[in-house]
Amino acid sequence: MSEIASTAAPPLPATTEKLRFYGTWVIAAIALLLLPQIFGSGSSLTTFSLIGISIIFSLSYNILLGQTGMLSFGHAVYYGLGGFLAVHAINIIGANKLPLPLPIIPLIGGLSGLTFAALLGWVSTQRSGTAFAMISLGVAELIASSALILRSFFGGEAGVSANRTKLLKLFGWNFGPQIQIYYLVAAWTLIAVIAMYALTRTPLGRMCNAVRDNPERVQFVGYNPHIVRYLAFCFSGFFAGIAGSLAAINFEIANSAYLGAEQSGTVLFATYIGGIGFFIGPIVGAIFVTLLSLGLSDLTQVWQLYFGLIFIAVVLFAPGGITGLLMMHRPLLKAGTLPKVLPSYLVALVPTLAMIAGLILAIETIVHYTVNPGDDPHIKAFGVNFDAASPYIWATSVILLIGGFLVARRTWTWVGHAWDSASSAARETGIAA
Amino acid sequence: MNAAIELRGVEKSFGNIAIIRDINLSVAQGERHALIGPNGAGKSTTFNLISGYMAPTSGSVLLHGEVISGLPPYQINRRGLSRSFQVTNVFANMSVWENLRCAVLWSSGQRYAFWKNIDNLPEVRDRTAQILADINLTARRDVPAGLLTYAEQRALEIGITVAGRADVILLDEPTAGMSHAETERAVALIRRLTEGRTLLIVEHDMSVVFGLADRISVLVYGQIIASGTPEEIRGNPRVREAYLGEEAA
Repeated sequence: MSEIASTAAPPLPATTEKLRFYGTWVIAAIALLLLPQIFGSGSSLTTFSLIGISIIFSLSYNILLGQTGMLSFGHAVYYGLGGFLAVHAINIIGANKLPLPLPIIPLIGGLSGLTFAALLGWVSTQRSGTAFAMISLGVAELIASSALILRSFFGGEAGVSANRTKLLKLFGWNFGPQIQIYYLVAAWTLIAVIAMYALTRTPLGRMCNAVRDNPERVQFVGYNPHIVRYLAFCFSGFFAGIAGSLAAINFEIANSAYLGAEQSGTVLFATYIGGIGFFIGPIVGAIFVTLLSLGLSDLTQVWQLYFGLIFIAVVLFAPGGITGLLMMHRPLLKAGTLPKVLPSYLVALVPTLAMIAGLILAIETIVHYTVNPGDDPHIKAFGVNFDAASPYIWATSVILLIGGFLVARRTWTWVGHAWDSASSAARETGIAA
Repeated sequence: MNAAIELRGVEKSFGNIAIIRDINLSVAQGERHALIGPNGAGKSTTFNLISGYMAPTSGSVLLHGEVISGLPPYQINRRGLSRSFQVTNVFANMSVWENLRCAVLWSSGQRYAFWKNIDNLPEVRDRTAQILADINLTARRDVPAGLLTYAEQRALEIGITVAGRADVILLDEPTAGMSHAETERAVALIRRLTEGRTLLIVEHDMSVVFGLADRISVLVYGQIIASGTPEEIRGNPRVREAYLGEEAA
């Protein structure tokens, strides 16, 4: 038996590979430790904390979408409930002077997420596909509206606030300063990412993939797809709860927005834009979307519109997300045929950017005339001043948009040809090797 | 001794239409049994009824003397019955290796374990490698199942079916759409992999049926009209009239 295993089975990882694997996590830990030394300002520490929270939340969402093939429109329920329970836990612990420090609060949030997922998930995970998506939407609406009705627990519109500094001090830290919160979030992010990665490499994790690919066949190899989906849902709720409680700790408040449709939508965006096909995809997506939402909101007042356009563009042209787009190039990189496509990218970039610039100009001008038509037409968007009333600006916008599109379309065909020749060349070297 | 599979008065109707009308069938332990019949006779439906994909409208299905009709497919599978599908039904985005490993997991007692590293299970690894070598797909180990050729997918389909060590195997037209050479290889593979197990096979290729089966049952319009050894079936006038005669004509 073992003789066959040694020839037919994939080789077991060599010691160097194992070292590289564990080395990645160690380097990640060191990077997280040193990051505040380079970007130490309060705002960057807040940004990092938000990114960390978003990474955990997006990865937890991908346990459903990418790993098990379940599209949820209500994942924020478990994030939000984790946040509310965390805030209440902080208040109870603070009021009763219980000997519990702040760093274990995310565990309470996670267990809350797990409990609610276990309670609410049994019915919805009976089926995947449309039925699951609809039930998740219904449950989300139910919980979000309860948040406004059950004031004693959810605090109504205002939410529930907490003072995170009143808990037992740990190593002299009271978790008031943002740097201490950064380290708390960083540590939990690392733990959660490692745990979720490990989960993909267990029998359950692999059966999740099998359920995603073909739930019917799973039943004929002895597994109940309902149980597989249910367990995935519980794990997903657990990690979402951790993310929600970290958000509650970071803002010292939990309110109904935590549970709402917008939060559920954002995590879907981040996960999908990053790429659901790779473990690292949601991490990339969380970083990208968090930075984008923080950055864009300073540059333009309709940043959510651009957000939507980016999402549509990814769904249409890069269904594998950012990670999928990058990973496509790996075989070319290995075969050394990447230089064949790069020039075509650069050429295509120019008219494409011109087209996007025209589109932005058009959007900002239209926004000016629809949102605040009475104001001064000299507006500023993306740091550029221009006169929204000037016919020259309108003409420029139309020329850039249409001209850019016409030229860009030709260059895209060229990119397609360059891509085909580069990948077929890569395949030939692959066969030769 | 109990029969491996026994169908007692099994009927299946969809609305008013009876697809299966009173099937009585017994497949002995270790027997290779072929189910033949013209298109639309209800062969695949019979498989669906045995494997739990559908529940019979009336009558009962027994596996080793225990009633299994009404149980969900995964419980029937856990009791030692595994089936393949007429239309290839694999995990398309997963590699050949992952496909086979998923089929091995339950029978090696892993259940829904989320605390074990899947690469650290020697028994699962050995068993998967064994099946991979058996179906001659070692060279295609890391290829996503959706990218295999048709014949390779059919081989993987059989591999997934037998990987769980079920002692009763149901194969639904395993050689459909194959060339002559591919069919020969597939038959040799089936013969080897079902050694010492009970096999129930639906097949259209008569050379496969008569070469492989110990016994044959003929299904026409939802009823078994004859059961017997290949010689008996060949000589049966009702079969000739209802089925073989049709083909000859």
